[in-house]
Amino acid sequence: MINREEFLNKRYKAEKRFQMYGKSAIILALLFLAVFLFKIFSTGYTAFQKTWIIVPINYDPEFMYLDADQKPSMEDLQDSEYFDVGIESFAALDQNANEDQITDIKRMFAFIFEEEIKDHILLNPDDFGKIVEVKLTASDDLDQVFKGNYPRDLPEERRRVNDYQLKIFDKLNSEGKVVSNFNFSFFTNADSREAELAGIASSFMGSLFSILVCLAVSFPVALLAAIYLEEFAPKNRLTDFIEVNINNLAAVPSIVFGLLGLGVLLAVFGLPRSTPLVGGITLSLMTLPTIIIAARASLKAVPPSIREAALAMGASKMQTTLHHTVPLSLPGTLSGTIIGLAQALGETAPLILIGMVAFVNTIPGSPMDPAASLPVQIYIWAESAERGFVEKVSACIMVLLIFLVLMNLAAQMIRHKFEKKWN
Amino acid sequence: MNSVIFLTIVLLALSSYFFGRKKAFAIRSSNTRLTALPKFYGYYLSIWCAAPAFIIFSLWSIFEPTVVKYVVLQSFSDQGLLEGELNLIFEKAKSLSRGQFSGEITTALQAAADKYASLRSTASASKAVIILCLLIASIAYAYNRLSKNNRTREPVEIFLQWLFFFASLAAILTTVGIVFSLLFQTIEFFKIIPFFDYLFGMHWYPAKAFVRDASEALDPSMYSDTFGAVPVFAGTFFIAFIAMCVAIPVGLLSGIYLAEYASKKFRQFAKPIVEILAGIPTVVYGFFAALTVGPFLKDIGTAVGLDVSAESALAAGAVMGVMIIPFVSSLSDDVINSVPQNLRDGSYAMGATKSETIKRVIFPAALPGIVGAILLAVSRAIGETMIVVMASGLAANLTFNPLESTSTITAQIVVILIGDQQFEDPKTQAAFALGLTLFVVTLILNVIALSIVKKYREKYD
Repeated sequence: MINREEFLNKRYKAEKRFQMYGKSAIILALLFLAVFLFKIFSTGYTAFQKTWIIVPINYDPEFMYLDADQKPSMEDLQDSEYFDVGIESFAALDQNANEDQITDIKRMFAFIFEEEIKDHILLNPDDFGKIVEVKLTASDDLDQVFKGNYPRDLPEERRRVNDYQLKIFDKLNSEGKVVSNFNFSFFTNADSREAELAGIASSFMGSLFSILVCLAVSFPVALLAAIYLEEFAPKNRLTDFIEVNINNLAAVPSIVFGLLGLGVLLAVFGLPRSTPLVGGITLSLMTLPTIIIAARASLKAVPPSIREAALAMGASKMQTTLHHTVPLSLPGTLSGTIIGLAQALGETAPLILIGMVAFVNTIPGSPMDPAASLPVQIYIWAESAERGFVEKVSACIMVLLIFLVLMNLAAQMIRHKFEKKWN
Repeated sequence: MNSVIFLTIVLLALSSYFFGRKKAFAIRSSNTRLTALPKFYGYYLSIWCAAPAFIIFSLWSIFEPTVVKYVVLQSFSDQGLLEGELNLIFEKAKSLSRGQFSGEITTALQAAADKYASLRSTASASKAVIILCLLIASIAYAYNRLSKNNRTREPVEIFLQWLFFFASLAAILTTVGIVFSLLFQTIEFFKIIPFFDYLFGMHWYPAKAFVRDASEALDPSMYSDTFGAVPVFAGTFFIAFIAMCVAIPVGLLSGIYLAEYASKKFRQFAKPIVEILAGIPTVVYGFFAALTVGPFLKDIGTAVGLDVSAESALAAGAVMGVMIIPFVSSLSDDVINSVPQNLRDGSYAMGATKSETIKRVIFPAALPGIVGAILLAVSRAIGETMIVVMASGLAANLTFNPLESTSTITAQIVVILIGDQQFEDPKTQAAFALGLTLFVVTLILNVIALSIVKKYREKYD
């Protein structure tokens, strides 16, 4: 015979245990989210800083192949070569450097050093013939060294930065010639093979155009379809079939839409590959069911008394719908649309299939130009081997997440502020 | 030219609105009773102006390239060329007529290019003329009806209703488009690869099937033992299984906790936060799995003396499982909430504790709904792409060791189709065959899940 007390205690313990399982499941999920966000932010925040090295640049007329005696015109400066100016100034950093070492020093800077030197003299033509300090972008490896992300204690042959470069860098650093500023170019540059120059402007524009195309295609079609299904559709087989189709489309894997875009939009209709136009249309097919479902739900939420009142005043069915039901349901529809667009903004796989993974180093000016999108940019950079891209990926993720949060907040706000509560 | 025609249609439609309204005022001032509000006269006229012209314009724009291509290639049709070669000739003729062609120009090609150019100019000129005629005719017809003070509101409303109807067909059209594009390429694929070799073959190695040129003779030996999809299917279900091992316990327990135990305040706070997990883009999860989870598991493996691949099925599956937690938890939360309260009360009245009630009464009652939720989550896991592409392998190994890398249907589609594709290539067609398999499997899962959930709802509503 079991002791009653003991039995009860056992049951209470089981109760407590079960409750604890539930609590720990939620805590586990929240913990994962926290770890995840922490990891992304802690690897990503350094990407918003960019390392510069201040180098005394010798604008010697001889290196610029210009006449020393007369002041050069702007055209002369514009057309002049600056490679030698850079090389000679780099050589001056270490008096005893040999040929190889000068090349090493050159590699400490981003390959656009010529343009930076040129831009300086074009802004300050008076520096012609003088030695002035100019800020040059450091290479991505040194950028990582400066940010402390680079393991300096690796053996030299396994490092992309050699001991000599580190020595020069440390010397410059101790003289305060290495500075770190906000990385504007991350937001204004297009993609680049060089991590220190790569930015998100091109993929951002690609995303923007895709989303706009997606909105322009999916919102009107979805709204009209929802109005038909909720207000006008007779109860028949065709209507049932349409509803089944919508529900199933909402659960079709996104990559299948990519195959649709490839097989129909590109192959049959011959639309241009890799463009936000095709990407936007593909995404709009994906968001269509989401918006239709949201719009129908909010049309359904409008009480029948509104419709009856309008009909009683002599309005036609169409006038009732367009003047009363639809405007009242619009907040819900809009917030559903924004949530659908947020999903579309984070979508990657279908865009890869229609070719939006192409390397694009120009900022697209219209939906007809080849482009990447923010999630695809994340994928492209994540596949790249260079160390400098890791922080860029995290930073790009941060930008994407911020946009997603903003869109979801906007959807919430529209819902709370404008949606009418019916009792 | 197209934009000019388009703008003409739009401008005419806009101006005919005002024109129609003015006509309505004119009718009214002649002391005749109007049949509708003046604006409907405007709508009527502008719909008659824009709709026919716009329909013809779109149809013409869609079919013109096909017709032009057919006519240009007619002179080549008796030479027994392959479709790929004909396409090439057409592209050459097109670029030659634009003056962008650099290559050998044969007389036949020159003739084709001239024909192309003349056809194009004739086509666009006749398009403009026909649409202009149509615009004038339809406006004249509608204006004539307006002058007789015919009904205008009803036709406008019927037009709108048809417009709504056609918009709702978009969903069917999308499904048809999916099935059409997948089926078309898949049939081509099965012309080369026997169906059973695909379904039961044990080796998936599409890189072996390398076609340089569409016209190159197809060598069947090259494709034998290349497109056996069993390893891909196995990998797909294996990774989905790992994901469900994470998602089901965590999701279900948190769903139960949120529904039965949590205070209203905690629920309001925790539920949206857990749902954030579902809103994070999958590519972000993929990056996290590849950068953090994969190396982490590898380090643990090294520490205990196991050989863990940096791109293990476990890393991809576990992260995918975390992604799916909110699906399971939200759906099971809903399902449990819809279990009637009197079942609970009955159980409490018998002296059962809360957990006993949940385990013995609520869970069995909610089981069909929970199974439906889990099936939906499985279909989600099977269709997930980016996590696998980035965190697990790209080679399809037939393995059930979670520490090794394996691949899935979705990842293989991406591997094959990233970069340029040729549609005549069996490799490309293989991706579409995989896509069709994926579509069918997820469709079946969804239909089953939705019908279970629906039946369950009906039971308690």
